[in-house]
Amino acid sequence: MNLKDIIKPENLVYSKTPLLTDNVMSYCPGCSHGTAHRIIMEVIEEMGIQSETIGVAPVGCSVLAYDFMNIDMAQAAHGRAPAVATGIKRCWPEKYVFTYQGDGDLAAIGTAETIHACNRGENIMIVFINNGIYGMTGGQMAPTTLPGMKSSTSPFGRDVATMGNPIKMTDLVAQLPGTYYVTRQAVHKPVNVRRTKKAIRIALENQKLNKGLSFIEIVSSCNSGWKMTPVQANIWMEENMIPFYPLGDLKVDGELVKK
Amino acid sequence: MRELRLMKGNEAIAEAAIRAGADAYFGYPITPQSEVLEYLMAEQPMERTGMVVLQAESEIAAINMVYGAAATGKRVLTSSSSPGISLKQEGISYIAGAELPCLIVNVVRGGPGLGTIQPSQADYFQSTKGGGHGDYRLLVLAPASVQEMSDFVKLGFELAFKYRNPVLILSDGVIGQMMEKVELFEQQPRVTTFDPAWTVTGKPKERERNIATSLDLDPYRQEKHNYKLQAKYKAMEENEVRFEEFDCKDAEYLIVAYGSSARISQKAVQLARAKGIKAGLFRPITLFPFPKQEISALASQVKGILSVEMSAGQMIEDIQLAAAGKVNVQHFGRYGGVIPAPDEVLEALELLISGGSK
Repeated sequence: MNLKDIIKPENLVYSKTPLLTDNVMSYCPGCSHGTAHRIIMEVIEEMGIQSETIGVAPVGCSVLAYDFMNIDMAQAAHGRAPAVATGIKRCWPEKYVFTYQGDGDLAAIGTAETIHACNRGENIMIVFINNGIYGMTGGQMAPTTLPGMKSSTSPFGRDVATMGNPIKMTDLVAQLPGTYYVTRQAVHKPVNVRRTKKAIRIALENQKLNKGLSFIEIVSSCNSGWKMTPVQANIWMEENMIPFYPLGDLKVDGELVKK
Repeated sequence: MRELRLMKGNEAIAEAAIRAGADAYFGYPITPQSEVLEYLMAEQPMERTGMVVLQAESEIAAINMVYGAAATGKRVLTSSSSPGISLKQEGISYIAGAELPCLIVNVVRGGPGLGTIQPSQADYFQSTKGGGHGDYRLLVLAPASVQEMSDFVKLGFELAFKYRNPVLILSDGVIGQMMEKVELFEQQPRVTTFDPAWTVTGKPKERERNIATSLDLDPYRQEKHNYKLQAKYKAMEENEVRFEEFDCKDAEYLIVAYGSSARISQKAVQLARAKGIKAGLFRPITLFPFPKQEISALASQVKGILSVEMSAGQMIEDIQLAAAGKVNVQHFGRYGGVIPAPDEVLEALELLISGGSK
């Protein structure tokens, strides 16, 4: 049996969704962005809504999203994606609109836009990549950097007495009446990838119902920013990030999930 | 059908936006322009034409909502006053960079900083030289009446889509707050077709994806993009210069003023003529593109030019460039929210004639 005998339609078990472009992924090996991109695009393909979907990517590593997502997109200023998405969705209420934002973007410079889009209950999906660091600019402290965690601007570890505490945006927005579905997931293991993909499906299905905003945090690794190998980064994430940012649904169908 | 109404300038902007077939307005309250948002909210344009009106959480959010709507090819506007316009500058730079059409209204008040809520024209530099970061220009229209507040909304949208560029209506607290008779134009239909070459409306199978962005990390491609922008601004300079002349034909002395200063200066010209001074008024209507050639020609005709502006002297720099040393150019202005009276302008003109300066 040679390669030609193997490459046959009946042997095909997996293929890249055409909703990802053929551009070579420029994200660092080990980064969570690639997986997150892929499952969002897979869900859009499965729902058959490519022509009805508009994505918004702001500033940070996520600014490159439109190199890879084969959909119409608007690039937003740093932190302003929820406002840009609001402008689009209000003019096109029948379209599917989502933002794809990092922690610096969503939880620092864009806090006001995030809170108010959530509070107004804009019928959009916000995907929040939380890796606790500014990846694009080279590993500076983020609003979500853990206490004691080292970064290029907290070289001796985050001192919460002077640098403030990490902010749990997902817990915060779950309290707002405008959010309908709020969940925190990860993509470092197959089971988590499946759960996150399911969450994205729920969020996009919610848009049809005009129930309010769906907010999906993806606790992610940034091995380059954390100065670790991809494997080390995933272990570190599990041991440190996930205990601080526990996974699971916070709000389902507009009701807070009781713990 | 002539429909006449007595309206505030700010109300005329709002009514004209509905009638121009605008799809959306996003704004944030600030004096002296809050009537725009108030009028739109009271008028319920969603019922009239399907137009979206939303009070944003900040001027920053408002301009980014404009960016989003504009990226989809919708006809969208925002309005504010000086401190709020400063907040919008980042978004305006992105809109210019991404080549999106939209309309921005600045009802200028005195600054710097929080300044005052009284009228001013001290945002000329910010309006005509870019305002935010990067090499870009807005097409700037300066209304001098409530009628023009209405007319320039329609014109502004036309120009914004013609050039895929943000258009700024540079008004001030006088024009925004005063009431005058307005002849309203008839209701225009809202646009229902969107240019598949650039609008972000969802990618159908038959075309490549559209991306609204100002980012290109490759400096050579970014430079090329900048060449394209500059060519567009040059085309505006060639095709869109607008101005009005009053008693310029035989003028020996010229006043150049825009907006409410032009109204005051027109009275000053009448007072000067009554005293036997051959004065004329040149009113730029577009501040970018600036009527350079017309002012250059008049500079060869007259003995002196007085620039009148409610500022410490901003437009005078463009007049001096146009006059190119052919004639003495002086500035007269009251600022910080103070409005000059016609006799003060006349006094400044007489000082110019006598060879003196302040």
